[in-house]
Formats: sequence, structure tokens, C-alpha cells
Amino acid sequence: MRDWATAARYAVPAALGIAAIAFWQWRVRALGISPLVLAAPSDIWAAFLLNFDTLMAALWFTLKITLSAFALATVGGVALAVLFSQSRIVEYALYPYAVVLQVTPVVAIAPLLLIWIGYDHVGTVLVLLAWIIAFFTVLSNTTVGLRSADHNLLDLMKLYGASRWQILWRLQLPGALPYLLAGMKISGGLALIGAVTAEFVAGSGDGLGLGWIITLANRNLDTAEEFAALTLLSTLGIVILFALTALEWALLHRWHESAVKRQG
Amino acid sequence: MPPLLSLSGIAKKFDSGTQAIGRLDLEVADGEFVSLVGPSGCGKSTALRIVAGLLTPDAGTVRFAHGKPALGFVFQEPTLMPWASTLGNVRLPLDLKHMNRAEADDRAARALARVGLGGFEKAYPRELSGGMKMRVSIARALAAEPRLLLMDEPFAALDELTRQALNDDLLRLWAEDALTVIFVTHSVYESTYLSSRVVVMTPRPGRVAADIALSPPPRRDEAYRLTADFTEAAGRVSAALKQAMAA
Repeated sequence: MRDWATAARYAVPAALGIAAIAFWQWRVRALGISPLVLAAPSDIWAAFLLNFDTLMAALWFTLKITLSAFALATVGGVALAVLFSQSRIVEYALYPYAVVLQVTPVVAIAPLLLIWIGYDHVGTVLVLLAWIIAFFTVLSNTTVGLRSADHNLLDLMKLYGASRWQILWRLQLPGALPYLLAGMKISGGLALIGAVTAEFVAGSGDGLGLGWIITLANRNLDTAEEFAALTLLSTLGIVILFALTALEWALLHRWHESAVKRQG
Repeated sequence: MPPLLSLSGIAKKFDSGTQAIGRLDLEVADGEFVSLVGPSGCGKSTALRIVAGLLTPDAGTVRFAHGKPALGFVFQEPTLMPWASTLGNVRLPLDLKHMNRAEADDRAARALARVGLGGFEKAYPRELSGGMKMRVSIARALAAEPRLLLMDEPFAALDELTRQALNDDLLRLWAEDALTVIFVTHSVYESTYLSSRVVVMTPRPGRVAADIALSPPPRRDEAYRLTADFTEAAGRVSAALKQAMAA
């Protein structure tokens, strides 16, 4: 029974996807839709094979930007959240600016960053833009998590003479872990969105990312290649989400309700 | 000999303006098992937190005869760290004192065995029942080798049978370790069964309404609950509580 349910979880969406692709292929051919408007799946596959090397290089480039931005967002978000938890004054002083950074449309800052950092360092600009998009979720989730420590446990630790550092390390940080991981799952996707959007507005310098490939393919009316790049982007997004879900499970499954399977 | 603990003229008002405790005087001698009984919100828990040093009173003094003794505190909730194993939870007070790992593990394991949880060292809190979690919480208090054990309605959320079993375990530990216990409860029967002395408090602001010394029976066990002595003692506590609430 359980095996059947597991199989269905994968088989049903897979079957739906195959059916949709088959329908797509059939309608495009049957209606004779121009490949400039909508490429058939077979054309997309052909474009993928034709541009394989370029696409893989672009995938690697975008992956590097995304992961750098994501790592910076995680480290920076946690570090700032810890700072906030230790000092209300620092939190009052800096939090509004973190919000300003968050609500400002990144696309609008891109030209300025390009001027300041320079057209010869476009990679840095891209990482910075993706980081701005991904950063806030980690910061706000971790801040809430650090503040959600059990008050009685906090009292108990004080009773036993715990230092601030011990309270942070033994109580607040482990307690914030589920919040942080939930934030990272959103932030990982945002970093990818940030990396691609940044490339739309800033270009990709001497590298070539998937965002720029999409821009170029669109200008050339090469819809098939555009779709091929899009497919790679979705795949990358899914892989990032899966990796973070696996990390969450590894860290939480022994103790946290969200990761515990109910028995009986 | 001066009492282990003396509270004199303690008053505490909360930020909301509620006067929780008004002029509370209480002395606790070494080795006593004192229950604080009273209606909900009469400041029993507040008094316990003041003794623990977690709250500062607005007026009055807390004095210990020989300096602040090693304290244990047990809350109404087990208050365990869900990410740490049973052993890790019990070890907490020792870890905070930077005791070396092997010795801390050893002491924590012994404390667990004493509350009947030997063999559960590696279990996580979510794998334990409510009664077992409370036992872990008691083991954690014991691991710190307290002289004064403060308990804030620790068994209120447990079913009757579990509660009685834990009552008996607690009395055994009290006797074995020559502990002094201050036990907050709203159960007349629990306080009568456990205590050498029951202190009845008035509704807010809490003061001492009655101080009832109970003659210790030779042995407290299931049979004691059925004796005329027990019924009579419970009757006295109950009457004092009714009077305090009417006043």
C-alpha cells in the first residue's frame, strides 16, 4: 500500500508531464505554429544538443553566481541576526536599512552598481545583486528563530549561570535552526532568480550565463534555444531546492516536528 | 540554627500593575518538604522565581543561611531541549559549568538511572511520554546536586497514576539526598501526601494564610493514602484553603 503510494507520487506528475509535452508537440505541428512564436519540444531538444557546450558553460556560470550569492546571504544573514539578538541597539539601528535594501527593486540599483564597481567586474555586480535579493529572508527568519527560544529554558540556563555565549550557542542557535533552514529554502530559489535577473540588466561581462543566453536568443528570435535555457534554469532551481530539503532533513529529522514522520 | 531560607516582607508587582505578592514572610528549614498551595494566580510561582533569583522583588529580602545553595528548578512543562538527547538534556547544568565530558556523562547517566530512565540516554524528548519527560526534567535538576529543589506544579499536566508514581519517586529522592524542597501545587491531596509542611496562600496579592505542619508518618506509600491520618490532614489543608479564599 505504502509502496503504491510512493510510486504514485512520482508516476502521476511524470505521466502528466509527458502527456503535456506530447500534446504540445502535437498542437504545434498540427496548427503549424511558427517556431518564432512557440518551438515544438523536438526543436527545443535539437537546440539543446546543438548548443550543448555553450549552454553547459552558461549553466556553470549562473550556478557559480547563484551559489556565491546564496553562501554570502546565508553567512551574512545569520551573522547579522546573531548581532541583532545580542544588541537591541544594533537591531534598531540597522534593521530599517535591511528593509530598505529588501524593498528596493534590485533592477533599479544595477546600473549604479555597474558604474561603481565597473564594467570589468560584472561578475561581482551579479553576485551582489543576487545577494541583495536572497539575503533578507535568511536575516528575518533567523532573527525570529533566535528570539523564539523557550523562556523557561532561558531562565533555567540563567539559573545555572550560563554566559551569553553559552545561551547563544546551546539554546538560541539550535532553536533557530528550523527557521534558518526554512529561510534558506526560499533564499536558494531567490538567489537563482537574482542571478538571472541581474544578468538581464547588467549583462554578463566576459562570462556568459543563462540569463544572457535567454536575452540573446530572444533577440535572435531563437525560441527553441530560449526554451532550452529556460529548462536548464528550472532544473537548476529544482536541484537547489532538493539539496536544501535534504540538508533540512539531515539536520532536523531526529527532533523537529516538521521533519518527523508520524507513526501509528 | 537559622533557617536555610527566609523570605521577609516580599512584595512584587508586575508591569501590568497587578500586585502578585503582598508582604510574604516564609521560613524554610534545612531538610523540609514545603508545599505552597493556593488558588490560581496567587503568586506561588512568582514566589518560587524570586527564591530562585529569576525575579527581583520590589520590597523585602531573600536570605539564605549559608549563602545561596545549589539550586534545582523543575517547571510545570518538562522544558527540554528537543534537539538534544536525554543524556544531553540532563548534562546541561554540568556542561554550563564546563565539567569534563566523561564525568558529566557519567553523572547525567546516574541521575537518569535514579529516576528510572536507565537505558534511555540516547532517546530524544519527542520519543518519550509526558511522564518520562518530567522524569528527565527531574534528573536534570538532580544532576546539579542541588541542596534546594524548587518545583513549580511539576506534575499538574500528568495523569493520576503517573502523578502518584512520580510523587513516590520524589519522596524517595528527597529522603536519599536529604534535599530541601519547595513544591508549588494547587492539589490539596498532592501537598498533603508529599509535605512535611503545607503553606496555604491567599488570593492575589499572595500572603501566607495558614502554615500547617504535618506529622511525618513512618512511611508514605499507597496505603497511606487510605488512612484516617491522611484524610484528616487533607481535611485540614482543604479547610484552610477554603478559608483563605473566602477571606
